[in-house]
Amino acid sequence: MATSNHSMYMSETDEYLVARAQAGEAEAFGVLVTRHYDLMFRLGYRLLGNKTEAQDLAQDICAALPAKLIGFRGDARFSTWLYRVTVNAAKDRLRKRKSRHAAQEGWGEIEALSRATDAEQRAQRDWLQQAMATLSEDLRETVALVLGEDMTHADAARVLNISEGTVSWRMSEVKKRLRRLAQAEERYP
Amino acid sequence: MSDQLKKLQSALRAATPEPDDAARNAALAMAQKSFERLQGSTGAARPIPEAPQKSGSFWKGLIPMLTRINLKPALFATSCLVIAGAAFVTYQPWNRGPILNQNPQTPVWTQLSAESDTVAPKHEAAPDVLSAAPVPMATKKRLRMAKPAPNVMGGIVGQDTQFYEAPPLPEFGDRFAGADENPVKITAQEPVSTFSIDVDTASYAFVRQMILRGQLPEPDMVRIEEMVNYFPYDYPAPDMDQAPFSTQVSVVQTPWNPETRLVHIGIQGAKPARKNRPPLNLVFLIDTSGSMQAPDKLPLLKQSFRLLLSELRPDDQVAIVTYAGSAGTVLEPTSARENATIMAALTRLEAGGSTAGQAGLQQAYALAKQMGGDGEIGRVLLATDGDFNVGISDPEALKTYVERQRDSGIYLSVFGFGQGNYRDDVMQTLAQNGNGTASYIDTLAEAQKVLMDQVSGALFPIADDVKIQVEFNPALVAEYRLIGYETRMLAREDFNNDKVDAGEIGAGHQVTALYEITPVGSSAMLNDPLRYGTAKTVKANGNELGFLKLRYKRPGESQSQLISMPIKKDSHEAGIESGFAIAIAGFGQILKGGDYTGEWRIEDALALARANKGTDRFGYRAEAIRLMQLAKTLP
Repeated sequence: MATSNHSMYMSETDEYLVARAQAGEAEAFGVLVTRHYDLMFRLGYRLLGNKTEAQDLAQDICAALPAKLIGFRGDARFSTWLYRVTVNAAKDRLRKRKSRHAAQEGWGEIEALSRATDAEQRAQRDWLQQAMATLSEDLRETVALVLGEDMTHADAARVLNISEGTVSWRMSEVKKRLRRLAQAEERYP
Repeated sequence: MSDQLKKLQSALRAATPEPDDAARNAALAMAQKSFERLQGSTGAARPIPEAPQKSGSFWKGLIPMLTRINLKPALFATSCLVIAGAAFVTYQPWNRGPILNQNPQTPVWTQLSAESDTVAPKHEAAPDVLSAAPVPMATKKRLRMAKPAPNVMGGIVGQDTQFYEAPPLPEFGDRFAGADENPVKITAQEPVSTFSIDVDTASYAFVRQMILRGQLPEPDMVRIEEMVNYFPYDYPAPDMDQAPFSTQVSVVQTPWNPETRLVHIGIQGAKPARKNRPPLNLVFLIDTSGSMQAPDKLPLLKQSFRLLLSELRPDDQVAIVTYAGSAGTVLEPTSARENATIMAALTRLEAGGSTAGQAGLQQAYALAKQMGGDGEIGRVLLATDGDFNVGISDPEALKTYVERQRDSGIYLSVFGFGQGNYRDDVMQTLAQNGNGTASYIDTLAEAQKVLMDQVSGALFPIADDVKIQVEFNPALVAEYRLIGYETRMLAREDFNNDKVDAGEIGAGHQVTALYEITPVGSSAMLNDPLRYGTAKTVKANGNELGFLKLRYKRPGESQSQLISMPIKKDSHEAGIESGFAIAIAGFGQILKGGDYTGEWRIEDALALARANKGTDRFGYRAEAIRLMQLAKTLP
């Protein structure tokens, strides 16, 4: 993988790299996966709310990616496809986790690491924890894409394989939940 | 965005940490390992008709064909034979969740390779399993699919290898951009069907050649829409002030299934008077590599282009670029007036060396651009056996190049010659991505048809990026199936996206598409109705089976125009023209394995074709009838 830092493929588009990787070129695949590791991790974190879990998730996806890539037929942008793969992998992970520990959902446990940061950050982090935990899995996925990745509703819809209207509806639902959360905070500070 | 959402966004972003380097490296290493593992281990289990390649690796063998054909949106729906094979290995519908390792004790790749290993047994077992099934045609098809490539092409491979210089990659055997037939769709679930028109004819010529050699073509050589569109049809001419083409729709009973109907869509391109045609700037790009030496290649090609020359006018220009080892311009742009100069240049061509296809294409496009004037039509005419083996180790780059040239307004016609290492897949990719058409030339008679077609029509596009979208009415149509066009399917949203490329219609061209539809309540429905029905409310439009929309661009324009019309239940019958198209479509389906044609035989297609031969001015239909007569006697 070290070679991919200064590979001749560095400036190529994803689509080109996919084609080369599908043609069996390890180097192209290396550049592709290196380029997108952060995407997998970042989205994974925002879906799961836990760094270790997100790292594990990204690794699992990396390992399965070569096989999956065979099935990628280019009917979406590669990044869209990879977002979808990541969302589904996270979903799967949560499902498995839930069957083991009944209570654990995404954003279900507070990360030890966040304790180390300063007070203001910690407050923000706690609020986020609470906010994400009040959202359902569907809503969290939508939030991670629309807010986390700054995607348009249409793009998020493509990733989640739902209609744009559903994304918009979900975002208004998120707004509603956050408003309710804010009201609750006012009442029980 | 509301304040609450903003707050959530900034908190979410602030909270997201950086991954640890160690985790990152471990993951990337895992990816690499998995990649190598997949490449190395699964080659043997590959049930696909791909000639053995350099390393015999899974990816190398499987994927180039996939990507060559499938990267373009226009081609996405292609499920070629190769994909069908691969699906056993990897396909997992996304909504069921990906294959991911949840057990840290078992490395993911173990799981994956275990899955791949099951492929071979599955395929070997197929005949037994299927022979018990009640549909014999399906069995036959799958058996044929399981055959490996060298046997599939057995009759041809050895034939002209003596002329075939050893290329860098040992790729023998013709390769086809094969595709499984479009499946039956349930209207209630997927009411909209979208595809690009296809005016290629290469598949018919290849099928014909196989049959004349006494062999039935393999299913993936057959592209039904290309067979149907090979023939001229007498559709009503368009009103010139309106759209550049007319569209007619008729609904008739399906000959192979009395319980279903066929929706016949016929498009007729306008035919501007020939003397008004704009000047042509033609660049002949001729493959003179060693593999072109066979008599059915370069010699035939020369004769064919001579035919074309005789049809040109003084204000047309011709240039010739050859490529073999290195590319070179052998004739600078020359007025068609200087017929003798052009003929002499053509005659001097000799075959030798390997094929530098990409350099040739680059030169040809550059010349065509240089020749271009206002209102003139630039076109590169590529003649090759499709075996690009030097300088273009990368078909993907070639495709990208052609795609980019599309925007320069220069069209591409691809003429395929010869057999043995004919690369139908490459030709298709080029033509489909380069605003062009692909034809296959096996005889001088065929050259005459194809080139006369070109001069009289195809060289003068009247509508670019023509897309068809049909929305079926679930109140009347339970199921539908588009016959052919497998490699031309588009996503529903691509219809309105003017950036998505589609096929061109030349002056005077006809395009035919057929849907087989199953009326609601028909006993021919292949899918059981849902117990709880569907929640959707249907706007009952009593008489409309569906709604047809066409989009096209006038040449040189970037914005598309829309034509739409309802498909009425009682649309008039097109008679002879639709009858013949249906006969050919039925014949093609039987050759493809006959999954949907039931007990219908080639004899039936033959009878239908005979009954609908019409005036047949050029004898093409008579030839098809002879071909069917021959085909029904073949094993």
